Amino acid sequence: MRAALWRRRIGHGALGLGFVALLLLLWDLGVRGEWVLLFDIKMGFLPAPDVVARLLWDFAFGGLYDDAYSGTLLEHLTASALRVLAGFGLAAALAVPIGVLMGRFPLVNAALDPAVNLFRPVPATAWVPLVLLIIGFGSQATIFLITLSAFFPILLNTIAATREVPPRLVEAARMLGTTRVGVLMKVVVPAATPGIVSGLRIGLGLGWVILVLGEANGIDTGLGSMIMLAREQVRTDRVVVGMIVIGLAGFLSDRILVLGFKGLFGRRPLVRA
Amino acid sequence: MSGVRSAVAARSAGPVVDESGRVTLAGVGKRYETKRGPVDAVADVDLEVAPGEFVAIVGASGCGKSTLLRILAGFEGHTSGTVEVGGAPVRGPGPARGVVFQDYGLFPWLTVAENVRFGLRQQRWSRARAKQRAAEMIEVVGLTRFADRFPGELSGGMQQRVAIARVLAADPALLLMDEPFGALDALTRTTMQHELKRLRAESGATVLFVTHSIEEAVYLADRVVVMAGGASHGAPGHIAAIVPVDLGDERDVNGPAFNDLERRIAALVHES
Repeated sequence: MRAALWRRRIGHGALGLGFVALLLLLWDLGVRGEWVLLFDIKMGFLPAPDVVARLLWDFAFGGLYDDAYSGTLLEHLTASALRVLAGFGLAAALAVPIGVLMGRFPLVNAALDPAVNLFRPVPATAWVPLVLLIIGFGSQATIFLITLSAFFPILLNTIAATREVPPRLVEAARMLGTTRVGVLMKVVVPAATPGIVSGLRIGLGLGWVILVLGEANGIDTGLGSMIMLAREQVRTDRVVVGMIVIGLAGFLSDRILVLGFKGLFGRRPLVRA
Repeated sequence: MSGVRSAVAARSAGPVVDESGRVTLAGVGKRYETKRGPVDAVADVDLEVAPGEFVAIVGASGCGKSTLLRILAGFEGHTSGTVEVGGAPVRGPGPARGVVFQDYGLFPWLTVAENVRFGLRQQRWSRARAKQRAAEMIEVVGLTRFADRFPGELSGGMQQRVAIARVLAADPALLLMDEPFGALDALTRTTMQHELKRLRAESGATVLFVTHSIEEAVYLADRVVVMAGGASHGAPGHIAAIVPVDLGDERDVNGPAFNDLERRIAALVHES
């Protein structure tokens, strides 16, 4: 049984990797053949995969091209990750408690819901010009934009999760002697944790999306700023390298978040599989 | 175990009767305001349950038997009459009135042991005492091997044992059970009935037990309350009859006396 399960897993893994290999091959062929695809995508303008791979290596370890970006991946990644972390952390610290209160207390909800619905539909991109005017270029503007965009998905998921707490669990706790206030921490928060964690994951993912937007202006360290500078220099290879690193960083930070919670909760069923 | 035994001594022996388990319902009614005017879920319910007595409540769906239990638990208010437990009016839920739900109501993120400790800790028992008491109660319901499992890893019958253990741990004067075995298969149900009979003898708590099964009611109870009415009958839920069960402690569910009583109660349920 176990062996069969593993065989299937390895089979599925090979299938997935095979598809990635096929995409890489098509990419390479398209660049060499200067294919023009749907949406007028001119593949001739793309760097070939091997060019990107070499530049990525140089970005990470240096020694190939010896330019301003050689061996600086860690520096840029750290700068970007810290901004994402600061913005996301602030958003979570605000959205989770507010969401719990809005989910459980109709009065709090009545007070805050209109404001939430007023601000929520305004996309981060629409905030950028105003933010640049009232905060100015730099890290603070980036962190602000990340906080703003991560806040709403965390808030809405927290509200929904706390509303879905089975009333039976609240009754059980009250019957066992828990006070009304105690129920919040002892029952509502743990019961809502799977939904809150889902919201945190969405918020963190959005943080990386908005990072590029924030770093687009007046910042010289960070993956987003690297991409935008490379665009001005028409360095498509560097743009693609930046995209790859941001994608990997987003993926890894999500894994770290989930594994962190799993480590914290152990076998307790508090995170959705 | 010591807590259970001491409770038995306090409630059953000696001239001093512990009155904390007495239930007094007088003229109890519950009225909902709806768009089409007021609806009475239950009305004019009078019931006196002596300390240590086991009373089963049967009746068709919607007759208000669960509502009555929820009022006694303090989950819902009543709109007329008086509801007293141990001589004091019921104001909100509390650990003196333990509730066992059909769907268990265990905290899925806590282990069996932590679920049983939960109430004790909320009632400010010390960590050590709560831990010891929980271990005792888990042993009483035969789940020591599963103390560190999570509810989701247990069968329905085992989960209900945990739910009973966590309520009995605080030694409540009154146990309110709302179709506790309704979700269990027939075999497990029979086992749980035996088990409840034993636990109840050890604890000495007053028990109010809502069930759909007349056999279960006759097997377990000292008296069976038959309720009737309900929204679909156009009349508020009310008590139609109260039938004493004089069958002694050893009851044979296949015996003629048992079956006679079962038929009599079934007739009362259906005609009302």
